[in-house]
Amino acid sequence: MCQRGLPALVTLLAVKLLEYQAKEVLASLGITIPPGRVARTPEEAAQACSVLGPVAVKAQVPVGGRGKAGGIKLAQTPEEARQAAQRIIGMDIKGFKVPLVYCESALEIEREIYLGFTVDRDARANILMLSAKGGMDIEQVAEESPESIARLYPNPWRGPLDFELNGLVFEAGLGELARPLAAVIKKLHRAIPELDAVTAEINPLVVTKSGEVVAGDAKLEIDDNAAWRHKELETRYGSVLEGDPYEVEAKKRSLTYVSLDGEVGIIGNGAGLCMSTLDLVQRAGGRAANFCDIGGGARAEVVENALSVILMNPRVRGVLMNIFGGITRGDEVARGLVMARNNLGMKVPLVVRMSGTREEEGRAILKENGIEPGANAWEAAQKIVELTRAAAPS
Amino acid sequence: MGSGTEDRRAHASGRAFVSILLDASTRVIVQGITGREGSFHTEQMQSLGTRVVGGTSPGKGGSTHLGVPVFNTVAEAVAKTEATASGIFVPPPFAPDAIMEAAAAGITLIVCITEGIPIQDMIRVKDFLRGYPAARLLGPNCPGLITPGVGKIGIIPQRITRPGHVGLVSRSGTLTYEVGSALSAAGLGQSTIVGIGGDPVLGLSFADVVQLFEQDRDTTQLVVIGEIGGSDEERAAELLGRGSRLKAVAFISGRTAPEGKRMGHAGAIISGNRGTAKSKEEAFRRAGVAVAETTDEIVSLLN
Repeated sequence: MCQRGLPALVTLLAVKLLEYQAKEVLASLGITIPPGRVARTPEEAAQACSVLGPVAVKAQVPVGGRGKAGGIKLAQTPEEARQAAQRIIGMDIKGFKVPLVYCESALEIEREIYLGFTVDRDARANILMLSAKGGMDIEQVAEESPESIARLYPNPWRGPLDFELNGLVFEAGLGELARPLAAVIKKLHRAIPELDAVTAEINPLVVTKSGEVVAGDAKLEIDDNAAWRHKELETRYGSVLEGDPYEVEAKKRSLTYVSLDGEVGIIGNGAGLCMSTLDLVQRAGGRAANFCDIGGGARAEVVENALSVILMNPRVRGVLMNIFGGITRGDEVARGLVMARNNLGMKVPLVVRMSGTREEEGRAILKENGIEPGANAWEAAQKIVELTRAAAPS
Repeated sequence: MGSGTEDRRAHASGRAFVSILLDASTRVIVQGITGREGSFHTEQMQSLGTRVVGGTSPGKGGSTHLGVPVFNTVAEAVAKTEATASGIFVPPPFAPDAIMEAAAAGITLIVCITEGIPIQDMIRVKDFLRGYPAARLLGPNCPGLITPGVGKIGIIPQRITRPGHVGLVSRSGTLTYEVGSALSAAGLGQSTIVGIGGDPVLGLSFADVVQLFEQDRDTTQLVVIGEIGGSDEERAAELLGRGSRLKAVAFISGRTAPEGKRMGHAGAIISGNRGTAKSKEEAFRRAGVAVAETTDEIVSLLN
């Protein structure tokens, strides 16, 4: 997607792997994970339990709070595993339909540790974090006892050195586990240079009664901007998740799109302009149905793609397009818009606010084709809200 | 090759205080000058009077493009043209190296327009740049900078600008154009417009650019356009709160963006309650900076 010219996308969103996927990746880095099996049906869950013994049956969704939502159940027997999977598969957890469960052997827990890394935006660096207070919500730990989280900024070219890891482990009060922990941290850090991971969390990192260090849970987010370097991950994990159908479709078409719950479809170029367009629609008394940033350098086909995904959502009663161009050329956007409207047989009102490079040419194309460009963003927002109200079913 | 050279040039041309970062004497090269975007925007830059003295395109060295010489490497371009600034228009897989190449060749103002650079690449680039303290990086994923009436490096359209005394700094490209255009229409010209970029790992921060405006006697008013995420806006607010001669207005986009959509879970550990539109607006208010609710309001708050 990035090979010709500058790419059209602003993708700050990362790809979140599911727990079982993240664990497979950790295992490939040499980190010990508990025995487990993926089950797509209740029968597969029963089978997994007959092989593994007592298991935790865990919903696979890319959001936290699964346990509280009833997405994790313990099963002693294959029949219990079957019933648990029956209840969990297809369940809705925070907007995600559970596509499958992961059946995992229970661990004999001696102690629980927190290990993770993320990008510290303020420091413009990666930060490794280790805490003896594992198994709890780390945000809560950070709030209540920030001193219990030891931190390290590893050099991004050579990674953390042994003495730095040693220091981190002792600072976290985990000196008696210095060797095995340093080894696990080093392996986890490989996910940065090798996989373009931007966030990873093993919480809890379990020390078992037999002294093994095992990943109890796993979160892993891969930088979307680096997807071209990791085609194998996309091939392997790209199609498992049934998230929001419009977001899935948008992703297939390489659009930066987030579903929201209003009735006004939004297309903008640039994340900031797009966000401020949502703000304006709300201020005008309407609600946005989505965030859709077509980025700089938007070509005609990108505009058509964006519009067709937005119109798939039956809640959309009108579309507001806000294009202010530098690298984006008004004539290309206008041509794409006219083509898309014609191809899609668009029936809901469309308000277009456009200016920037080649705006006169773009406006002329719109006018020739019977689309009136709005004067400014605020007026355009008010106009679309008015039109969608008029189009609302009474 | 340090910034002192730039300052001397600025003084020699008698324009020491008309702008920040770029003046009429600044010699600019374009990395990726023969590409589609590079060519289009080089022409735009030239039409504004920007002193484009050459460009790079590996393998095309020795040729001439848009009336200027093309070089294989930045080092060669600097040796032959004495360029001190560069605009980068190369695709994401090559942009991180292009930034480091520019710094290593002695370029002191590096403007990277490229969108979509992997975060880990930028973290390595930032570390590399620590070895080149004279090199200032603007961006990536930014529209660059424009000094109305003097020139530009990047893609900010001239039509939204007019010369004047408002300093404008923004994370978002398109919002910059929106606000620049509103300011110009209201007769509020700009000293320099700087787009710092929308990526999580950036070169110059809001606070860095605010300091430059603070030192620029031609700038009397300041507009800061931020957005949700990170805490660069809060840092700039703290800086302004410590005392500023600039009359400032801030605007934050993303008030209605739902929580958790853009900020990663572990990221919240670092920033605590910072990063929301509300926390940023409050930080500016605490610093005595007026906060605009819409982009249109920015103009009325400056008047």
